[in-house]
Amino acid sequence: MYALVDCNNFDASCERVFQPKLIGKPIVILSNNDGCVISRSYEAKDLGIPMGAPEFKIREELNQHKIHVFSSNYALYGDLSNRVMKVLEGFTPHLEVYSIDEAFLKFDGMKIPDYHDYGLQMKRRVQKWLSIPICIGFAETKALAKVANKITKKYQKRTQGIYIIDNEEKRIKALKWTKIEDVWGIGFRLTKKMKDKNIHTAYDFTLPHNESFIKTTMGVVGLRLKYELEGKSVLEIEEPKDKKNIAVTRSFNGNITTLSEMTERVSTFATICAEKLRKQKSCCYGVIVYLRKDKYKVATQRYNFYKIETLPFASNSSLTISNLAVKMLKTMFEEGEIYKKAGVLVTKIIPENQKQFHLFEEENPKHFKLMKVMDDYYKKTGERKIRLGNQDLQKTWKMKQEHLSPRYTTCFKHLLEIKCQ
Amino acid sequence: MSVKNNLTFFIPDLESNLELSYFPSGIKAGFPSPAADFDESKISLDRVLVKNHEATFYAKASGTSMTGAGIDDGDIMVIDRSLEPQNNKIAVCCIDGEFTVKRIAIKKDGIYLLPENEAFKPIKVTENNELIIWGIVTYVIKSM
Repeated sequence: MYALVDCNNFDASCERVFQPKLIGKPIVILSNNDGCVISRSYEAKDLGIPMGAPEFKIREELNQHKIHVFSSNYALYGDLSNRVMKVLEGFTPHLEVYSIDEAFLKFDGMKIPDYHDYGLQMKRRVQKWLSIPICIGFAETKALAKVANKITKKYQKRTQGIYIIDNEEKRIKALKWTKIEDVWGIGFRLTKKMKDKNIHTAYDFTLPHNESFIKTTMGVVGLRLKYELEGKSVLEIEEPKDKKNIAVTRSFNGNITTLSEMTERVSTFATICAEKLRKQKSCCYGVIVYLRKDKYKVATQRYNFYKIETLPFASNSSLTISNLAVKMLKTMFEEGEIYKKAGVLVTKIIPENQKQFHLFEEENPKHFKLMKVMDDYYKKTGERKIRLGNQDLQKTWKMKQEHLSPRYTTCFKHLLEIKCQ
Repeated sequence: MSVKNNLTFFIPDLESNLELSYFPSGIKAGFPSPAADFDESKISLDRVLVKNHEATFYAKASGTSMTGAGIDDGDIMVIDRSLEPQNNKIAVCCIDGEFTVKRIAIKKDGIYLLPENEAFKPIKVTENNELIIWGIVTYVIKSM
């Protein structure tokens, strides 16, 4: 038996943990830079706030309905997400963290007489310990667990947030109810193709006469999905893998037109990439620098520019990666052009301890110690105060976060203050 | 032709925090230190103060209503949310949307939230109040 556990409106629920007075009140969370709505509480959904709406366009509505607005506080959401996953691990050792607010659980080899009751225990514990409401879908396969979860979300009151697909009747009923666009792995483009072929529900997808069509359009992935929806488990719980690529890209608030300004940005992006590599104990070989010009002000059609280079040795040193990125930038940058966006991507990532030694070229061993000091300082203070010389000390991680809540659980200075009155 | 790997490289692991005890007596060939058999693990305040990592949160006290219970202004409270509320426990409560720290008193005529300072009045929880017992205060850390 599998389960998919999904936290309800996770970001909004996290904000409520430390501000219980917002329970029952409408909340929206804005994306990085306070750009657009990326998460809404049920109350905000009911008021008709659309997902993805740009903040400036709906500002009046937000004020009018007294909707509480937050910038995304990933330090807080990340910590609470880890806690939720740890609590769930108390119910089964086989857990796959699928996203910040979703996890697949597998219960093979365990004697659970009543899954509904077991689900209620999970739900109660996460609610009591962490104040995070969750929904759980149980089924024989991962894809069906996902369907079951969708049903709990739709019929929260009737299901108490728990739904189990454990017989053929329930499975067929659930598949007929599930729209094809809501099936796990069916995106926007595939939905269109499916509908053209008269496949409108998950049930249609499993019909025998559609098998060859699915095989030709989706290949083995589609067939696997078909088996899963039929109740034959083919997808296993996956072990956590390190990221294959890491990218840090930003659109600029204003325009960037000078090389010195751009150097500062690219160097900062590179150091963040290096920091992420060190966090997952990896090194990279490939560095990509990406620039985008203002597409309405270019003489030619081209406005996206890339450059890829390979390091002589795998590295996760901010200095090494930043130096290469800046060197690449200098060959790409054109004075007098207007740039809107830039980014640094690192690829060909390998685990730190699988680094190959080189005879003639190797990382300066001093970097390792220096990076450790930088990381420790950042961990301790939560501030990236130690930077490279080409980074601007005044400039913080330039993100607009006007509605940011405190980092209650990860920063000592931000601890919740409780009045004793 | 199969290529056999004859060389294995080892890289020092500088990351793991394996702490080795230092024997100040030195190690000599001869009679071993009698204390060596009693070498115990290091003391970690985390381990003492936090029984349940996932359910434990810290918060800072601000104000004087709980000084009688040893919670002074600026103290750090260790709060375990997995514990069940009980009579006489000190709890972080959320009453009508506001956080407060009080001692829980379950009496015949209802639930009271008691301060530990005579300058403050007890709160009787009525039907009109919305009370959430957010967590139980298990330890207080104060600077001397």
